Amino acid sequence: MRRRYIAVKIDSNQAIKKEEVFYAIWDSILKMFGEYGASQTDLRLIDYDSENRQAILRCSHDALPLVKASIPCVTRIGGGAAAIHIQLVSGTLNSLRRKLTKQTKKSNSAMPR
Amino acid sequence: MQRVRDAAVKFFIDLHLCPNLEDQDETKLMIEKSAELGYKAVGVTFPKKYSQSEIEKTRKICSEAGLDFIHRVDLEPSNTTELIRSLRLLRRQVEVISVKCLSKSVARQAAKDRRVDVLSFSPLDVRKRFFDSAEAELASKTQVSLEFDLAPLLYLHGYRRIRLLSKLREEAFIAKKFNIPIILSSGANNAGLLRKPEDYASLGYLFGLDLNDAKRAVSENPKEIIDRNRRKLSPNYVAPGVYVIRRGEDCPDG
Repeated sequence: MRRRYIAVKIDSNQAIKKEEVFYAIWDSILKMFGEYGASQTDLRLIDYDSENRQAILRCSHDALPLVKASIPCVTRIGGGAAAIHIQLVSGTLNSLRRKLTKQTKKSNSAMPR
Repeated sequence: MQRVRDAAVKFFIDLHLCPNLEDQDETKLMIEKSAELGYKAVGVTFPKKYSQSEIEKTRKICSEAGLDFIHRVDLEPSNTTELIRSLRLLRRQVEVISVKCLSKSVARQAAKDRRVDVLSFSPLDVRKRFFDSAEAELASKTQVSLEFDLAPLLYLHGYRRIRLLSKLREEAFIAKKFNIPIILSSGANNAGLLRKPEDYASLGYLFGLDLNDAKRAVSENPKEIIDRNRRKLSPNYVAPGVYVIRRGEDCPDG
């Protein structure tokens, strides 16, 4: 089964737990596509970095458009206002991490000193 | 060639920011957030009569954030006479004119008027969305685009969101059939409702837009409107198809 890995960035003013991120995305998928749609996503939360507010999700390749359409619809996480922005999508976890590192280096070098 | 096309696609524009202009901090926050999310230009909505100094203030905030500022006005005429009068007054002053069609007669007039850039409809009352085949046929003969505000998709829930999605799907299908450019904008009035342009393109999946069309709707389609109107507003514009390309002593006489 082909899979896709999605790196997302959480935009919120409050501390957010790993489970809250996952349930917020899951809830959004359920609202937009129902239980039948959600069952096709095979969604998993692979990694969550609470410091950088970054998470890595895994979903089925076929359900990628569905997951990508549900993520921006998240407006609340754990009771507080929040937004989730998709950063990168990749076919393997390694390549996603490599691209993320590259992206972070690029944005750090672009920042004014 | 591919790289050139990608560069064009990556010029993302949010053509419809609706900040509370009296709250300068919120306006600044929204503009800075847009820059952070990867937009290169933002269209800020101003009332019809608004002081030039306030507009210049917003322009300055945009340039400080590294964004191209687009002056936009949303008209909400109650009848066609009011629409025509407003268009006559504003067309040579504003970069983008959008008409929020509250009645069928206004929608029809806006669709066939070349001075209108963008057609928009109420996201909250789907019965007041008059974009059907007849409207699309009129719009296809002018250069008017159809705009979808995506913020309502984020804050609406349940039945109202279902109705809106179903209507957007129908309108996207008609627009594609008649080659009407679609524009995806935020329509956001606070920074919390802003999303990345790629996220908006992904939302297109919800109403049947494929990813390429959706990306065009946040980049090339609004850019075409801006380029066209800036050309027309420049002092070198004479008439449709006629431009001053050189001035000065080296120009041949007569």
